[in-house]
Amino acid sequence: MNPPVSPARGGSGRRVRALLAGAAALALTLGLAACGDDGDDEAAPAGASSAPAAGAGTFPVTVLSGPLDGGTELTIESRPEAIISLSPSATETLFAIGAGDQVIAVDDQSDYPENVPTTDLSGFQPNIEAILGYSPDLVIASDDVNNLVAGLSAAGVPTLLMPAPADLDEAYSQMERLGAATGHVAEAAALVAEVSGAVTSAVEKIPDVKGLTYYHELDASLYTITSDTFIGQLYAEFGLTSIADAAAAGGDQYPQLSAEYIVEADPDLVVLTDAEFGDVTVETARQRPGWDGISAVRTGHIVDLDPDIASRWGPRLADFAELIGEQVATLQPAAS
Amino acid sequence: MSAEAVTSGRPAAAPRAITRLGALPRPARLLLVAAVLAGSLLTGVLIGPAGLTARAVLLDLIDALPWVDLESGLTRQQHAILWQIRMPRVALGALTGSALALAGAAYQGVFRNPLADPYLLGVSGGAGLGATIGLVSGNAASVPLMAFAGGLLGVALTYGLSSSVGGSRGAAVLVLAGVAVAAFFNAVQTFLQQRFDDSLFAVYSWMLGRLSTDGWSDVVRVLPYVAVGAAVVLAHRRALDVMALGDVEAASLGVDPARTRLVLVLAATLATAAVVSVSGLIGFVGIVIPHMVRLLFGGSHRTLLPLAAAFGAAFLVLTDVLARSAMAPAELPIGVVTAFVGAPFFVLVLRQRREAA
Repeated sequence: MNPPVSPARGGSGRRVRALLAGAAALALTLGLAACGDDGDDEAAPAGASSAPAAGAGTFPVTVLSGPLDGGTELTIESRPEAIISLSPSATETLFAIGAGDQVIAVDDQSDYPENVPTTDLSGFQPNIEAILGYSPDLVIASDDVNNLVAGLSAAGVPTLLMPAPADLDEAYSQMERLGAATGHVAEAAALVAEVSGAVTSAVEKIPDVKGLTYYHELDASLYTITSDTFIGQLYAEFGLTSIADAAAAGGDQYPQLSAEYIVEADPDLVVLTDAEFGDVTVETARQRPGWDGISAVRTGHIVDLDPDIASRWGPRLADFAELIGEQVATLQPAAS
Repeated sequence: MSAEAVTSGRPAAAPRAITRLGALPRPARLLLVAAVLAGSLLTGVLIGPAGLTARAVLLDLIDALPWVDLESGLTRQQHAILWQIRMPRVALGALTGSALALAGAAYQGVFRNPLADPYLLGVSGGAGLGATIGLVSGNAASVPLMAFAGGLLGVALTYGLSSSVGGSRGAAVLVLAGVAVAAFFNAVQTFLQQRFDDSLFAVYSWMLGRLSTDGWSDVVRVLPYVAVGAAVVLAHRRALDVMALGDVEAASLGVDPARTRLVLVLAATLATAAVVSVSGLIGFVGIVIPHMVRLLFGGSHRTLLPLAAAFGAAFLVLTDVLARSAMAPAELPIGVVTAFVGAPFFVLVLRQRREAA
């Protein structure tokens, strides 16, 4: 009964290491120069107003915790040296901006990059006593479950909430906020520039096509995403629309679709993110009834994707964008 | 009503019918049941989120008859939707519904308890635990088999526990044992679910129940088990009626109550576990359909069992039509729909009965 651990795929691993190196180099060269323009590049969205005046950050610092609309201000008194991350996305970002040395423990789902201090702490069912057992000076989580924030603050530990973002800009803002909270402002700005640059260049490479649709499978019982989700926003950058948008009337961003609807909707691109669990593979999906007639299957635009890359809002967004770009580049505009 | 039935040990499952349907001559009754069944199956085939016109579907159905050659106007794609996705789903719904209702009626007859159903006997709890183990171990392909094994284990534990504690006669002990087993399985399952929370989603969606859409393979997989289980249960119709008189009376009439009980429980569990393993936990059908049939047609097992099978099939096919079209193209979990539609209807029928009494 091994918990499904996603092996970092070779290609993406290399890519991110290169990205990390690039970010580090950038941070070095920018150095104090970054403080000149306040770490604000043109991609910086609203909400990152907390960026302090120096590349290495100054403390105390006030950072927005929670969603961009409706978060709360969190003050961190001094540079945290004992961080616990209960969010795999935040873990990836922390290590990408050079804050890895300050991280003492990460939750059981955090498995990237290699050698993160994975523990049996859970982000879904956080146990406050177990967390306090590590004597953290900052806890980062995606959601406030089991009264996490109140419990930790009673013990004097600040909690920074980094929930699933509404769109790409919010994902970038979280990177910057993590930079501000950990004293890695310049590196965070560099990471944002790197990732947003990768997304932009992947988008620019594709022909200007309209009206293409995709089906992004979350699990074998045909749960999917609508264009309103953060993942959907990334697809939207490429001009792709989710076939599930018709199902979004109920406000459900992660609807379960009928098998016959998927066949009829005839998506141009199919991305399977459930290949790691269960028995769904590109091959078995092709065998599903009626799927041989789906455009995506006929033209070979059906791919499987590491669910971690396709669900986390960290540095590997660049890999995700690149993969979608590769697929869209070969899609025929006349296909639909 | 349960307390009375449990403590008195008297046949609880023979209420007076509130209609005169039970008095219909046999051919008329057969015709009525056939019409309900055919109507629901046809509705199931005609309605769905993919925009196939009723005319085209009907033409395509007629075209499938031997020696008929019609042009339905369906594309190859739509043809696949109809025959490879919608039809197997309707078939699976019918199979699941009839198996659950028939098993429920058999359990209620065997244990002389109007509340007996797969949930109460640990079958569902065991199947749920088995499926969860399959899902958290990252092997989705093993889920049906694990659910099946878990269901059998559940009822075996319940039965073993009750006969070791209170002898095989105590219907009350059996139900209590079932509650204990189900609670224990539930605890283990919830523990696993929390421990391996990355498969929470998959477990959850299985729990809510869904009619699988994997083409005909699931239908073919469960059909033999349901067929064998149903045949055995139906063959014991008369024995159940005799046993309703009490164990001593049954024995004097040549029916071995303990043995009959065991055979019936095994057969009903076989059918239940098979459909639960592919469709997830669909509650309500096993308890409500038999009661509705009793209220409409009277309580003799000779009519109850086949009618429960037919109406169970019709009920689940129709609720599945709602599940897949109410929010189309999004799906509702069918377990939610069965309870949402079934519970008020059931209360209505109960009220009618009180007024008629």
